[in-house]
Amino acid sequence: MSNEATLHGHAETDLPVHDLHHDEHGVHHHKETFITKYVFSQDHKMISKQFLITGMIWAIIGGMMSVLFRLQLGYPEAHFQFLEDLLGSKWAKGGQIQPEFYYALVTMHGTILVFFVLTGGLSGTFANFLIPLQVGARDMASPMLNMLSYWFFLGASVVMCTSLFIETGPASGGWTSYAPLSALGDANEGSKAGMDYWLISMALFVVSSLLGGLNYISTILNMRTKGMSMTRLPLTIWAILFTAILGVLSFPVLLSGFILLLFDRHGGTSFYLSDIFLTETGKALPNEGGSAILYQHLFWFLGHPEVYIIILPAMGLVSEVMSVNARKPIFGYMAMVGSLFAITVLAFVVWAHHMFVTGLNPFLGSVFVLLTLLIAVPSAIKVFNWLTTLWRGNIRFTPAMLFAIGFVSTFISGGLTGIFLGNSTLDIQLHDTYFVIAHFHIVMGVSGILGMFCGIYHWFPKMYGRYMNNTMSYIHFWITFAGAYLIFWPMHYEGLAGMPRRYLDYSNWISFNQFGDLNRFISTVAMITFAVQLLFVFNFIYSIFKGRRVMDRNPWGSTTLEWTAPIRPGHGNWPGEIPEVHRWPYDYAKDGRDFIPQTEPLGSNESAH
Amino acid sequence: MIKSMEVKDTVNEQRKKIHPHKFTLWVALGSIIMMFAGLTSAYVVKRDQPGWTTFSIPKAFWYSTADILISSLTVQMALKAFKDREMLRYRNLLTTTAALGVFFVLLQWAGFREIWSSGITLRGSGGGQFLYVIAGLHAVHVLGGVIALLVMVIKAYFSKIRNYDSVPVELISTYWHFVDLLWIYLFIFFMAIK
Repeated sequence: MSNEATLHGHAETDLPVHDLHHDEHGVHHHKETFITKYVFSQDHKMISKQFLITGMIWAIIGGMMSVLFRLQLGYPEAHFQFLEDLLGSKWAKGGQIQPEFYYALVTMHGTILVFFVLTGGLSGTFANFLIPLQVGARDMASPMLNMLSYWFFLGASVVMCTSLFIETGPASGGWTSYAPLSALGDANEGSKAGMDYWLISMALFVVSSLLGGLNYISTILNMRTKGMSMTRLPLTIWAILFTAILGVLSFPVLLSGFILLLFDRHGGTSFYLSDIFLTETGKALPNEGGSAILYQHLFWFLGHPEVYIIILPAMGLVSEVMSVNARKPIFGYMAMVGSLFAITVLAFVVWAHHMFVTGLNPFLGSVFVLLTLLIAVPSAIKVFNWLTTLWRGNIRFTPAMLFAIGFVSTFISGGLTGIFLGNSTLDIQLHDTYFVIAHFHIVMGVSGILGMFCGIYHWFPKMYGRYMNNTMSYIHFWITFAGAYLIFWPMHYEGLAGMPRRYLDYSNWISFNQFGDLNRFISTVAMITFAVQLLFVFNFIYSIFKGRRVMDRNPWGSTTLEWTAPIRPGHGNWPGEIPEVHRWPYDYAKDGRDFIPQTEPLGSNESAH
Repeated sequence: MIKSMEVKDTVNEQRKKIHPHKFTLWVALGSIIMMFAGLTSAYVVKRDQPGWTTFSIPKAFWYSTADILISSLTVQMALKAFKDREMLRYRNLLTTTAALGVFFVLLQWAGFREIWSSGITLRGSGGGQFLYVIAGLHAVHVLGGVIALLVMVIKAYFSKIRNYDSVPVELISTYWHFVDLLWIYLFIFFMAIK
């Protein structure tokens, strides 16, 4: 791991070292120790790697949880002795997952994957890595806040992880933590200390997201290099900008919902509580006048934008990777930006479609149906543009490109079922069934993670100066892609038949006995798919140390600025001047040339895009 | 499209117009506004539901309002003093602002006690409970500002390095005006919507 050399411009550049020190932005030239370089680093690239690796650890934990509950769902009768050995007799008595633990597993799986992997891991990694490198900045607007953003994220991670080991277990009321279940410690085991840990962890997570988001927005808007107008930004940056705006405006509302919940839990208020008789304690609670629906409004006001916080960065990464590897300009650049904007605006006015069956006024419901279905328009524009970017392209099927195409596929098939679920009438049948699980896993979970893989494979050479192993990458892609469809496609049928989600065991339920084999099949595929993710982790770690070295600054033949920096850039990114930008980022296959970097001035007889 | 390319050089001039840290603060203020917007909308929605109770505005809140208005004035004067390089005046005004901030929080506390003694505790889900949460959260934001002010006061008294960079002072004054305006909004909100 001796990356130090390049900070001082060895071999990478002909510029004399002292140029670096004359830069007005003041590249740090103090001596770096292990602590300042790898631990309390303020370099956006290192912070990005910290986010990525923390996110990967979470992904393994969260993925492992899904394997555990799929074991239960696929083989409800079986006794797995190793589970009892591993988890103890409280959670896996006789080798069978106990109901309380099952709920804890699904809750933590959702929380971890949605927030810690696909928000912290995805945005944290690529916003930090790509913003300064692609807009042409030395670092973020405030490297200090940026570092704090990671440390709050890690703090949230530690608290959440600790909650897995406490006696009453982690939160188990679903990743949404609906009141009143989440507000009453006596209601079940998971609503005791685990719920407090969950809330504290999430509060830290919100702070982390806000600090990060503030930085992303002000860096993108204020720190662009000379010539980098907004319409010359790569789509990755546009996507990250809108993601950050969504986060900054919606996470605080979630926090206010959590604060009221904390008061209900410990202060004796009744914001969400009314007329409750607890069978666990045999007592009627004194709380009156509260509204459980109020929590749902506050939660989903974030909860819905949250799914776009996950998917927008993935869209940005995919757009960029697709254009580079199709050797064609992205089709409809301004339409892409416009549809990102439209999605961002609509994200704030559709939240009640998660609440169609809560007794919401049907008239209000129909307004939310209309607004929800409107999202199909910008989504369809984006899909159309990706397909037309691929059309007659000179496609290079790199692993990143395969993941990008995979993303488009899952985004289409998951998006189509969204049209079903966006209808308040159809929702009467479909809500809380496996159809919902299938829908959001394909459109948000799988698409999000495919987008993240796409980004990792594409920018790995820039992050570590080495390539990942291609054979392992291809195996990883095909099994993940096929596996994802094989896991989630059958769930649509189960859901249409009315099979409800969040149940421990369906075997006593005659209507769903027909799905016994299907459940076993899904569980088996889930295990195989999870195993392949471990292959990816191996490939990732192995390649950091032993991968083939990158010898070319611009291995993918890309136009954007990050590939003009040294192969292993130091803190400050460019030795010497920051490059100036003269054209948009998608000049591929133009005027008979394969690609023209953004830094190349317009020719005398060339018109700007 | 081509037109936007031609005005490219304005980007760099724009970049000089606002300091990135100031911009960051403005976005952060937007974020804080969303939090209070969430809470006050919850208040409005809740008001139409059964079990709602009201409270009367305590006297202490009038004093605290006056207090925070004066502190906005002192922080503005501190900024001006800093820009005029009158460091002694700057230090005194900054200290006064911090003291007024602490006093504001104490007055809010007195206001809470006044409401509490009228029989409105944390039990229930009416206006009083919302007030405790919302005004309490606002007081936390004021305290955050007080901490920042104290750090700057300490720097102003003890730092050996002369520093004429006005950005930190501008940041704290913007934030301070913001918590002031936020309180005025909340105060009017609590008086108007019962």
